[in-house]
Amino acid sequence: MPDPLVRTVHLAKEFSGVRVLNDINIEIEQGEIFGIIGENGAGKSTLIKLLNGTHSPTEGEIFFEGEKVHLNTTVAKNLGISTIPQEFNLVKDLNVYENIFLGREYRHQVGLLDHRRMKRRATKLLQGLQADISPTMKIQTCSVAEKQMVEIAKAVAYNSKLLIMDEPTTVLTPIEIGILFDLIHRLRADGVTIIYISHKLKEVRQVCDRVMVLRDGEFISLDEASDIDEHDMANKMVGRELEQIFPPKPDPTDEVVMRVEDLSVPGILHNITFELRKGEILGFAGLGGSGRTELAETIIGIRRKSDGTVFINGKRRSIKSPSDAIANHIAYLPEDRQGTGVLVDFSVTNNITLGSLKTYARVLISHRKEAAQTRKYLKEFDIRTPSLKTKLRFLSGGNQQKVSLAKSLDSQPEIFIFDEPTRGIDINAKMHIFSFVHDLVESGISCIFISSELEEVIGVCNRVIVMREGRIAGDLVGSEINEEEIMQRATGVKQGVAA
Amino acid sequence: MSRKDMNTVGIGRKGLNMLKRIEMDKYGPFLALLVLFVVSAFASPYFLRLRNLTNILRQVSYTGIIGLGMTFVIISGGIDLSVGSMLALVGGIGILLLNYLGGGAGAIIAVFFGAIVVGAAAGATNGFAITKGRVAPFIVTLGTMSIFRSLTLFISNAGEFRSHSSLYPSLGMGYFLGLPNPVWIFLLLTALFHVVLYHTRFGRYVCAVGSNERVAVYAAIKSTWIKFYTYVIVGATVGISAVLLSSRLNSISSTNAGAGYELDAIAAVIIGGTSLSGGSGSIIGTMIGALILGIVNNMLNMLGVSPYLQGTVKGIVIIGAVLIQRKGRRLF
Repeated sequence: MPDPLVRTVHLAKEFSGVRVLNDINIEIEQGEIFGIIGENGAGKSTLIKLLNGTHSPTEGEIFFEGEKVHLNTTVAKNLGISTIPQEFNLVKDLNVYENIFLGREYRHQVGLLDHRRMKRRATKLLQGLQADISPTMKIQTCSVAEKQMVEIAKAVAYNSKLLIMDEPTTVLTPIEIGILFDLIHRLRADGVTIIYISHKLKEVRQVCDRVMVLRDGEFISLDEASDIDEHDMANKMVGRELEQIFPPKPDPTDEVVMRVEDLSVPGILHNITFELRKGEILGFAGLGGSGRTELAETIIGIRRKSDGTVFINGKRRSIKSPSDAIANHIAYLPEDRQGTGVLVDFSVTNNITLGSLKTYARVLISHRKEAAQTRKYLKEFDIRTPSLKTKLRFLSGGNQQKVSLAKSLDSQPEIFIFDEPTRGIDINAKMHIFSFVHDLVESGISCIFISSELEEVIGVCNRVIVMREGRIAGDLVGSEINEEEIMQRATGVKQGVAA
Repeated sequence: MSRKDMNTVGIGRKGLNMLKRIEMDKYGPFLALLVLFVVSAFASPYFLRLRNLTNILRQVSYTGIIGLGMTFVIISGGIDLSVGSMLALVGGIGILLLNYLGGGAGAIIAVFFGAIVVGAAAGATNGFAITKGRVAPFIVTLGTMSIFRSLTLFISNAGEFRSHSSLYPSLGMGYFLGLPNPVWIFLLLTALFHVVLYHTRFGRYVCAVGSNERVAVYAAIKSTWIKFYTYVIVGATVGISAVLLSSRLNSISSTNAGAGYELDAIAAVIIGGTSLSGGSGSIIGTMIGALILGIVNNMLNMLGVSPYLQGTVKGIVIIGAVLIQRKGRRLF
């Protein structure tokens, strides 16, 4: 029996003392399609990054074709390991063949670029992939699927032996997915080994030979794809005890504070209808790209809707900008903290009052009033900062997030939309945020809680709406709120709205 | 942590220590001005003469005033290259208006405010193309720089706009309480704009938009309007500067007026510690930047350095100022 292409022995990785991957022993055979599934934070990305040389392992060894290897990105490339990342690595101003040969261009003897040879080779590569793409097309005019083909062509041009695909179908249409699967099978026929990572369990089962499940950095199982169904996969991915880190759930009233009707954004959201009740924490669960953030952004007027109405306290409201949202007492805590939430070069005070500056100023801003209010928030949320004037970039992620919260709260909302409020912060800050949400609801504010952490959604919310591909795939209450139910709806295993 | 803590500790025995890492962005330009002033005082006996000092102040007022408006534009993440040409156009239109109205005291007042309105309108044109047309500020104002100059040349047939008023020069030449009128206006505007930048919502929003426009938009700030207004403001300051300059000369040359002013105004802002990438800045800094440029020019003249070399020194000062600020920031 030949050596497996990749073998790992007691592979482990720690980041600043936190073990994110532990004792992974796998053998990936030559020419197989090896699926890896797991929740966010299960260690999939870390494992990939160990295999493609981005990170080096804290413990353990990697063998490639039977030889022990110390990988860095160059060594990995020379061995024939390529990764097709979720975010493509293509230069959009160059055309297809220039991207394929970027960094290892063919040259004439005098050193000038041999465009003709590159074009010819690119044409051949793309034909081999049965991709109908002209090598001279600009990347920025390519569709997402075409870009992916170019990435694959790039990998094939390197004579890849191992091709790692990270969530390759998130951005593809069903037809494009079909084309991709054909291609994967053809590559396998040519002897290329493929590691396939996806949230979409059905696809994993369809395309992979074997499926490995990771959870919390640990190896859970490895099965023949034909021996495991999607239910089992979902169960193996979750299946953990919830810790007592969540405050008790509030008792919502029947009063509807917001009703969203038939909200649509072409290609992103399709006929979203739901109600938010007073004093309720309404969770939104779903996979990355299911449209939850987009929904929030549409409600607060950052995205333009093509259709649909929003009623606040029974009255139809037109919200076309974030200032309209604030006027209607809707606050939004953005998902991307540093990109849309806070100004890292602004002081703590100036961040907190940014959205509500009106209340501190007639003509001139009252700096005293600002400082007083900031001190109140520092105490209330236990924000640790050397001074009120400290720039936010010097605070930890958790403290930045609390500042972001204080900023949203300072606009006196009645409806508060949280988007991934606990992303990238430690457990302590997380618990602060949960109790903050709890207190908020107790005081009569209604909350929408978007999170990709199932555990959180289950621990915090009264009701959970599951989204899939821009549609509502389930509206769960009470005992229906469990990881299995949510996962099955989020992945499309189970369809139809629950009773 | 200890470093940041010290910000909250007063200047005591740690004073010297503090000075080493004192915020160069904040006090660097002021220290530079101080050093330059002392050096100049020793280098030339004429420097400290009242006449010379008021002269320097008046000379820097014209570009300094524009620099104050430019500070807002640059903090918001933009740039305005058209101010020099705009000054010639607004100044020319001002003189035409003055002659039309007869050149009396009432006419001068009307021209003063008329020029502010015309300047603001020219700025609004820039602002409109930048915010609604979504064209880069550099491109738009490069274009209008050419357009404004060409219109000025066309209107005057490449000649001079001459005022027929005998009263007009008393505005630009006059003194009030020992200082030339333009200096008073420069100081008043500095105070006013300082308050606007630090103590009004608009000022805060300008910084927010320049720091990260997306965050500003999510915080319900109407970033396109904020950016638009910064160009209107710089246009208004150009209007004021145009009146002060034309009333001093009692004419405006269509070819020379305002030539190179955009560079001096931007240089004053940069030397004053405002970052070209936007997000934060200082009006007082811009005033100091303008003074530094003025003193350097004055010294070079008094020391008999060839006027052709003065541009070289100015360039070195600009680049040096940014280098020092960069170093200062690295201390954190």
